[in-house]
Amino acid sequence: MKLLKLVPDDTNIKFLKLRVPFFVLSLVLIVGSWTAVAINGLNFGVDFAGGQEVRMTFTKQAEAPIPSLRELVGGLGYGEPVVQEFGAKNQVSIRVALPEGAEDTPGAATAIGDKVIATITKSYPDARKDGNDTVSGKVAGEFRDQAILALLAAMAAVAAYIWVRFEWQFGAGAMFALVHDVSVTIGLFAVTQMEFSLQIVAAILAIIGYSLNDTIVVYDRIRENMKKYRKMEMFDLLDLSVNETLSRTVMTSLTLFIALIPLLFFGPESLFGMVAAITVGLFIGTYSSIYMAGALLIWMGVTTNSFVPTETAVDRQEKLARGEG
Amino acid sequence: MLDFPLWKRLSLWAITLAASLLALPSLFNVAGLDWPSALPDPQVNLGLDLAGGSHLLLEAKAGDVRAQRLEAMEENVRQLMRNANPRIRIGDVSTAGGELSFILENAADIDRARGLIEPAMQGSTTVREWELKVVDGQRIVLTQTEAGINQAIDESMNGAIDVVRRRIDELGTREPTIIRQGSTRIVVQVPGLQDPAGLKKLLGQTAQLEFKLVDLDALPSDVQAGVARAGSQIFPYADGQSGAIAVKRLGGIRGDNLTGAQAGRDPQNNQSVVTITFDAQGGAKFAKLTTENVGKPFAIILDKQVLSAPNINEPIIGGRAQISGNFTPESANNLAIALKSGALPVPLTVVEERTVGPDLGADSIRKGLLAMGIGSLAVIALMVASYGRFGVYATVALVFNVLMLLGLMALGGFTLSLPGIAGFVITIGAAVDANVLINERIREERKRGRRVIAAVETGYTEASRAIWDANITNVISGVALFAFGSGPVKGFAVVLVIGIITSVFTGVTLTRMFVAGWLRKARPNDINI
Repeated sequence: MKLLKLVPDDTNIKFLKLRVPFFVLSLVLIVGSWTAVAINGLNFGVDFAGGQEVRMTFTKQAEAPIPSLRELVGGLGYGEPVVQEFGAKNQVSIRVALPEGAEDTPGAATAIGDKVIATITKSYPDARKDGNDTVSGKVAGEFRDQAILALLAAMAAVAAYIWVRFEWQFGAGAMFALVHDVSVTIGLFAVTQMEFSLQIVAAILAIIGYSLNDTIVVYDRIRENMKKYRKMEMFDLLDLSVNETLSRTVMTSLTLFIALIPLLFFGPESLFGMVAAITVGLFIGTYSSIYMAGALLIWMGVTTNSFVPTETAVDRQEKLARGEG
Repeated sequence: MLDFPLWKRLSLWAITLAASLLALPSLFNVAGLDWPSALPDPQVNLGLDLAGGSHLLLEAKAGDVRAQRLEAMEENVRQLMRNANPRIRIGDVSTAGGELSFILENAADIDRARGLIEPAMQGSTTVREWELKVVDGQRIVLTQTEAGINQAIDESMNGAIDVVRRRIDELGTREPTIIRQGSTRIVVQVPGLQDPAGLKKLLGQTAQLEFKLVDLDALPSDVQAGVARAGSQIFPYADGQSGAIAVKRLGGIRGDNLTGAQAGRDPQNNQSVVTITFDAQGGAKFAKLTTENVGKPFAIILDKQVLSAPNINEPIIGGRAQISGNFTPESANNLAIALKSGALPVPLTVVEERTVGPDLGADSIRKGLLAMGIGSLAVIALMVASYGRFGVYATVALVFNVLMLLGLMALGGFTLSLPGIAGFVITIGAAVDANVLINERIREERKRGRRVIAAVETGYTEASRAIWDANITNVISGVALFAFGSGPVKGFAVVLVIGIITSVFTGVTLTRMFVAGWLRKARPNDINI
């Protein structure tokens, strides 16, 4: 049986030739992502913005009466509600923001939630409540703080681990790759204005773990090759390492990718944003593993001799004893 | 590396099969089959986002606890000074700024006062709850220590949890989860509860019942303006129409010592009322209050709102009292439940509420399983097409991985949440990573001309390093996830972390055993990889 080989044997792609344009591209992506966040902002869901979100199904109608709902809920005096289709045509999610100053009145959010649901079910008795999330301003603020803290802590911990297992340059390279992957994923949410919720932060935290898997495989091979080919030019060594591991980089990303795609299209609607974030993060992570992981090492002055242990007095004596000195 | 003696093979199989078998009850459940009741039945709990139900996060204000303690201390001190022999006269009592301060009219009493107060400053434990300072030789200032406040909050919250549990049990709801979160919060999860409005109303009621004497000397215009005289307090009527009433701040009693509360109707006017029964201690206090104040009105105050202010016509010594106050039958019933289950030691507010309907959850499970099935097939197809026999080994390992993951979750009583389904899919996609790394390495070593056994051996040893490092970073992010997340996100983290552990076991150890067994039996000169 002839086995499938997605990446041909003995590739010799000069990845590092393109390191400058790709590095510039990455910088542009990072800066662009944060610019998008600054301009568009993130479309925070109730988790982070506070307020309340109701999901309803109109059991006796083919299509949810979205304009009428907008008017109905808008008339309650809590500002313009966000009413959108969710899953099927007769399902909607309705989001109402917290009024000004509600941060200090903990019960305000749930009171609004109850009122919205009561108003809708009064006008549409066939409306079935599928779910209801109400988050007070205080709790939402805590979620925001926790999210930022968790992201920074996870990135720092992962980079520190790489530093301990390899060298500081590798840790710094991994950190850059992480900043890159996380920024671009967040940027995607700023551009598309998909809802940014707790689940999305969970997805990004997962990306922090998984996007580095490829980077680690490449780094591991670089380290191995540095011991093996002491005379080789650093450029060639990096290219060799990336090429040697190319097949497994592609395969490991691909297996996760094909597992995620059905979940994206056939899975529960409420997981779409989360799975989309992981899929994109995975993609970006593979790119940064191939292009950024090695190139950064060169810029940080790593040479083939960087990590050769310096000769100690004992080594010297042993050499002399063998008659090599 | 490829040496697997019998005992090792047996124990590996034992672990694998035992963990996988634990998954069976959960699988039966998902498939709608009955698991034989004679067998042990570990189940994966479904999170509220999959099973449907309500999640409420309740919060107490630490400031309320402080204020309560301060007031209790004031009453205590006044009583101690009054009962001292000879009586110690005090004045200029103030509780401003969270501390209790007063002046002794006679500075010579200072040591006696200290001696009386100091035992009262010690709580039930060794924690020093109050700090006593003497200013200018005549003024005593009592401040609450941080440790004392924390302990008081702790006690209040533990008490509140009991009360919340009793109230939910009164509703007859099934298997609620009630846990403390942080220092001032309680999480309440009630599976299957679709409309938490009633529950919220019940939990939102502190049910702090007080009987206080009406301050008849207060000027109506002052009461109207909300200005209380020294020693009195102004409370609004609960109906929101009758205005407010001034009551004497101290000397009342609290309705804590109840043995029962019953909603009913007053036969005279057919209004809804609540009849309460005091225990012996409460009954005695109530009898004393009513005996000493016959002819005077007293206010029945519930959660800082006046229900009614009847005249005490005669001493009430039977330990039973009837409370009226514009109740509907429903609100009377709610109050009866709340009073029976005891007052919340501290008011609670709902700061987060999440409700999921059962249809949405069932739909999510169905769609999640479908997606998981398609994804698994795609991964298996890719692995077998790419690595042949070695891909088949990886597939067998993958199946055991999923079973073991489910089994261990059932064993640990973990909860499967909606994001947890995504965690399962990620685990399926990432579990074969180890096999990819190993198989690619074996392929490479063969190409370099190593013999089969040596290539396989090198493949496993050399790939292990990167597999190890990669999984450690995954665990790090998993731990961050667990620390960060609330319910559903924690469920995601649990699946990821357990999945990492089982996938290293199945992907590396199990497949190595499979490969070793085959190599020993077939002794191939070449392998197709």
